[in-house]
Amino acid sequence: METTLLILVPIGAAVALWIFPWASAKAAAGFALLVALAELALWVGIALNFDFAAQGLQGEADTVWFADLDVSYRVGVYDYSLWLVGLTVVVTAAAVGYGFWVGRERPGVYLSLLLFLEGATIGVFTAQDLVLFYVFWEAMLIPLYVLIGVWGGPGRFGATFKFVAYTIAGSLFMLVAIIAAGLGAGTFDMTQLAGQGTSTWIFLGFAVAFAVKAPLWPFHGWLPDAYREAPPEVSAVLSGVISKAGAYGFLAIAIPFYPGPAEDWRTPGLVLASIGLVYASLLAFRAPDVRGVIAYSSLAQMNLILIGIFAANSSGYTGALLQMVNHGLISAALFLLAGTIERRTTTGELARLGGMARGRPVLATILIATGVIALAVPGSTAFAAEFLVLNGVFDVGWGWAVVGAVAIVLAAMYMLRLISAVLHENVGPAVPAEALDLRPAEIGVIAPLLVVLLALSFWPAAITERLSGALF
Amino acid sequence: MEGSFTAPTIDWSALSPVLITLGGATVVLLVSLFLPVGVRRAFGSAVAALCFVAAGAAAIALFVADETGRSIVSEAIRRDRLAELAQILIMGAGLLTIGVSYREAARDERAGEYYALLLTAASGMAFFVAANNLMTLFLGLEWFSICLYILTAIAVERLPGLEAGLKYLIVGSFGSAILLFGSALVYGATGEIGFEQIAAGTADAERLFVVAGLAMIVVGLAFKASAAPFHMWTPDVYEGAPTPVTAFMSAATKVAAIVVTMRVLVTAFPGEEELWTVALAVIVCISLAWGNLAAIVQPGVKRMLAYSSISHAGFLLMPVAAGNALGGRAVLYYLVAYSAMSIGAFAVVAVRERELNAPVTLDGMAGFGWERPFLGGSMALFMFGFIGLPPAGIFLGKFYAFSAVIDRGWTWLAIVGVVFTAVSVYYYAGVIRAMFMQPRELTVAAAGGSPPPDRLLVAAVAASVVVAVGSFVAADPLLDIARDAVASLSFPVR
Repeated sequence: METTLLILVPIGAAVALWIFPWASAKAAAGFALLVALAELALWVGIALNFDFAAQGLQGEADTVWFADLDVSYRVGVYDYSLWLVGLTVVVTAAAVGYGFWVGRERPGVYLSLLLFLEGATIGVFTAQDLVLFYVFWEAMLIPLYVLIGVWGGPGRFGATFKFVAYTIAGSLFMLVAIIAAGLGAGTFDMTQLAGQGTSTWIFLGFAVAFAVKAPLWPFHGWLPDAYREAPPEVSAVLSGVISKAGAYGFLAIAIPFYPGPAEDWRTPGLVLASIGLVYASLLAFRAPDVRGVIAYSSLAQMNLILIGIFAANSSGYTGALLQMVNHGLISAALFLLAGTIERRTTTGELARLGGMARGRPVLATILIATGVIALAVPGSTAFAAEFLVLNGVFDVGWGWAVVGAVAIVLAAMYMLRLISAVLHENVGPAVPAEALDLRPAEIGVIAPLLVVLLALSFWPAAITERLSGALF
Repeated sequence: MEGSFTAPTIDWSALSPVLITLGGATVVLLVSLFLPVGVRRAFGSAVAALCFVAAGAAAIALFVADETGRSIVSEAIRRDRLAELAQILIMGAGLLTIGVSYREAARDERAGEYYALLLTAASGMAFFVAANNLMTLFLGLEWFSICLYILTAIAVERLPGLEAGLKYLIVGSFGSAILLFGSALVYGATGEIGFEQIAAGTADAERLFVVAGLAMIVVGLAFKASAAPFHMWTPDVYEGAPTPVTAFMSAATKVAAIVVTMRVLVTAFPGEEELWTVALAVIVCISLAWGNLAAIVQPGVKRMLAYSSISHAGFLLMPVAAGNALGGRAVLYYLVAYSAMSIGAFAVVAVRERELNAPVTLDGMAGFGWERPFLGGSMALFMFGFIGLPPAGIFLGKFYAFSAVIDRGWTWLAIVGVVFTAVSVYYYAGVIRAMFMQPRELTVAAAGGSPPPDRLLVAAVAASVVVAVGSFVAADPLLDIARDAVASLSFPVR
């Protein structure tokens, strides 16, 4: 029941924003922001009442959708999905707040699409029926397509085309895999399908869809354009939350449902993810613009998370899950910061930026703090997560752990390069002297993300100790 | 032979959907002659709408009343739920078409003929879907086809319409002739015209004639379903016909042709299952490939939708090719969602056409989504829905169609389906891009300002949206209805 509310509140609000004749655009946008905050409060309430000792599904609902193929509206939350839902509501609230403050054209429609996206994403994390899962999975695509296509940058048509083509191509094979899996088992109930599958082809059908979404190297062709052309708050949601749906798919469906084929394909998966990790880290180091650095660092981090998942042991899973939350918050904060920088300088090119720290202490503090957590400095929550991931993959083979350790060094290089190119060095030609420090509204949107990251740095066990092992 | 003729008992109630629409057509045609020109359109619309509602209600009553199918009128007509469900869909399509037609810029003095022909076409389709032997099959086919030929060319002052009507007449007659020749071969081989009797007779009939006849019947029906490679008329006719007529054809003709294809093949040729399932699978592949690839390069929205209709003929025939009961349900479910959305999409095109007073190209749609948020949003729903994205019923239609072929063991056919679904994203998304994302400067200014909002048309689009989303949400009851409708067929595969 609670889970259904989590899904329906944002979707219902999105529909209301569409059909209700709002007196002013401001009123509609304010309503959207209120709903995003209410959703956050709802999640906090659910998390406080969550029984972490129990291993099973909680807050579930189950209604027959169509009986002849045993497809139902089945939703519910496991402890690991609870954290991903939490990430979704936090990042969406920040994105809606940022969009509200920036004042996009047609704010009611804009924010309603963000809310719809939130509902669909929560649906993906909580669906317990494969057909329902697929419905939410595809439903995420529609708002993203419109958000990037209408409100994106000058290259938005190319970006949306690539994004949609990659995603649809991946997900349609998943549809065939879902049908084959469900007809074979006689049910689409995910709680009954775990550990049953033996078909390599069905496993690969799922894996391709998840690999595109995450994205696993070399399925990332859509990523650089989409992250660069989308409005910053959409990039924040896309890299912070939507990419996690791909990793979640591996974690909750592909590997546990098809343990045999997953075992057979572990080495290829680890090879791809390792290549992706190093390759994306190097590109992040060479990227010419702020968003390029964040985009490729995001790709690198996702491949690191996938390494943890492919390790398929308790340490790898725990680390991957913690890092999913960390990276979601980090990349959301970084993309929003990139948005604030672009607003002040009208560019993201590193060569034309620089010296922004002087006279802008808040911007400098927040960017440096986020960047330092992102590069996994010891003591940070990202460090804890990466340690667990490397520890987990070390059990599979020490070589993988070496690749991961190298990538951590690379992460330090690209993050420090980003920080110094924006904040330090000589004042760039695109930086006007009168450019202001972060405004209170911007701080109000971005600082909470950083606060959560700092809290997790002090207490990563808040998450790692609250995974009952339902997965392992 | 003298005195041996006994008149068959006629089940008038089973024929009521056919008779109501036919009677309505007569009334409209005759009374319009005596009415002043200005009120003919209103009168025709009202009578036609009433008749569609009444015929639909009659079909619903028949559906509810009787769950077993039986042959009536000397076994020439089948009274079963399959026919009745198809009649409900045809009447629904007719009703929506009334809403789309009301403000169509045609001469008022021909309004009587227009509505009479619309009713007659629906009547013919209602007869066609109940056909139970080769004679009634051909009669029904010609009955509604001739009406559609005339409707295509009804705006006689428009040259494209005349050209389309002539093309449709020639190519359509060719298709009918092939169907007739195939029927003759089957009759010659088996000595029977009733579907069940043919099924019983094919075992010891001349194999060559049966196979050739079956092939020609499939071809003739594929013409009507506009499945490739028998689709040549579709783009020209869809483009040239008045848009409301296109809307009606795309939905109602599709329902009739697909339902009858399934009925004929399953009832009359269960023994030749290994032939026609493969033949249909080939037609499906060609339709998907040709429809989707050709749609990509179409600048005109109507022509693009015509190719989309060809590709959907492929998706609709896919579960028929599966030859199993799951496929039967899939077809009917798919038809419900598809026919509503197809009419809705053409209705939106009609609005833009009237605004611009010119054929609608993709550039002509620029800015439409923001100018008319409801119609633009509905069109976006239809386009995303045609791709197969939720929350429109075609998603579940495709899901079921793929399930049916996978259940049969033809996973490859489902993969062909998803590959071309991916291709279709390009042109469907192109419409959305034009409506919402293209810069405003591309918007062509409407000549003489935008026409007033057309409440009837908006209501028709709203009804399409309700059916599209409703079929997705309330899938279970609809699938139960579809299951009941195919219960009287015995599918050859499992």
